[in-house]
Amino acid sequence: MKALLAVIRRDLLLAARRKSEVLTALFFFVIVTSLFPLGIGPEPALLKKIAPGVLWVAALLATMLGLNRLFAADHADGTLEQMVLSPTPLGLLVGGKVAAHWLVSGLPLVLLAPVLGLQFDLDAGALGVLMIALLLGTPLLSLIGAIGAALTLGVRGGGVLLSLLVLPLYVPALIFGAGAVEAHISGLGAGGHLSLLAALLALAVFFAPWATTAALRIALE
Amino acid sequence: MIWNSPAEFFAMGGYGLYVWGSFGVCAVAMVLEPILVGRRRNEILGSLRRERIAEELEEKEAN
Amino acid sequence: MSNRLVHWFKFASPQSFYPLAGKMIPWFWALTAVFGVAGLWLSFFVAPTDATQGEGYRIIFVHVPTSWMSMFIYLVMAAWAGLGLALNTRLSGMMASALAPTGALMAFLSLWTGAFWGKPMWGTWWVWDARLTSELILFFLYLGFIALQAAIDDPRRADRAGAILALVGVVNVPIIYFSVQWWNTLHQGASVSVNKAPAMAQTMLWGMLLMALCFWMYSIAVALMRVRAIILEREAHTEWVKDLAEVKR
Repeated sequence: MKALLAVIRRDLLLAARRKSEVLTALFFFVIVTSLFPLGIGPEPALLKKIAPGVLWVAALLATMLGLNRLFAADHADGTLEQMVLSPTPLGLLVGGKVAAHWLVSGLPLVLLAPVLGLQFDLDAGALGVLMIALLLGTPLLSLIGAIGAALTLGVRGGGVLLSLLVLPLYVPALIFGAGAVEAHISGLGAGGHLSLLAALLALAVFFAPWATTAALRIALE
Repeated sequence: MIWNSPAEFFAMGGYGLYVWGSFGVCAVAMVLEPILVGRRRNEILGSLRRERIAEELEEKEAN
Repeated sequence: MSNRLVHWFKFASPQSFYPLAGKMIPWFWALTAVFGVAGLWLSFFVAPTDATQGEGYRIIFVHVPTSWMSMFIYLVMAAWAGLGLALNTRLSGMMASALAPTGALMAFLSLWTGAFWGKPMWGTWWVWDARLTSELILFFLYLGFIALQAAIDDPRRADRAGAILALVGVVNVPIIYFSVQWWNTLHQGASVSVNKAPAMAQTMLWGMLLMALCFWMYSIAVALMRVRAIILEREAHTEWVKDLAEVKR
């Protein structure tokens, strides 16, 4: 547990030293969502209808931005090898890094989303559902993304390849996440979607670190 | 027999383009893929043979 | 370890599998031809015209088999990949990478024939129907697998990284299928349900089955051809490859 917290603290500290990278992803999120009304037209009813999908797709892409740096720096300076050799289980350390990635690139999106939702004329209830859905969904994105980041570690063309590998796996998160908001707006209730999203998250918490550690060991051989 | 003439067979009751478009592309793909695999095999075999000849020449020179 | 197990493990080495595959390939081509001729004959000359869809329904004789094969090949590929990770046999990884392009081709053909079926039946080339959408994502998964393996130079690492991706994918395929189904029922209206296919005549079912067997045998034959090429590429510097008759010639 101590090791887990130490890894999280270390990665947060590193992220704090490179604030621009974090802010870039946030700005990306804001700009992409703001572009849609410009491309589609300012009609409020239409914007309200596409809002959940637009916000979710933008969130997917924004979390992708930081992914290829998840293990790259530690790989370059040899920290990763030390982690593999250390007596602490690698899965735990990977969990810490994923948690830090979520705190840096997922949580800000959750906090920012309601503001952007206002641009799309979502009411307070829908904004609440959007936040809960993102709160459950963005850790899922970080966990799945970590597998892709580990697989493409040190591979040429890693960044583009990473999105090719990871985006299809994001589909269920997108469907349930955006669906939750949509179901709430149409009066169906978001409960079913949110519980499915939570179930996926639980599944990913168990399996994703395992797959990520396996991929890291292969990359380091 | 359900077809009265070859023309009727090829027209497929007005669905000719779609039916032959589907079967045709499948047929083309299933012919092309083995050809491409065969070419891949020939390439590697060719380079293996060249390597072998080069080795034999080297041995001759050494003698 | 029993003797029989040792006997089977012998074929797990590329050196002994190479000639074995060479002997099997003509047989699988012959089976492909037999099933293909029989299946085509049934699907064009025996199966009656469909009452509602006219002759256009005959597309399902290639559409359904390619869809089945695209899913089945992914499972087989993941099984080989898992075997490779668990037992650390070289051949397993080669089999997985030999299957991937054929699986991707099947997924592509399934999408293509689906579009050619959709145009006359639904009036549009593409419908965001649950099955078509899942098939599209499956196609993306194949492309990701191929791209990952192509990007890694060391074949052993490529095999094992690909294996993990295939296993992650195989866990995800049912989740994706379920989520797309869920999404589709939520957005009913634009799409037409494919599930309400009319009861099929017996001959149609047989035609589809024979065509599926044809595609199955084809996939095995072409995957064996490709695995032989992969074996040659990877074992190029071993003595047994240099001593092969086709190299000495």
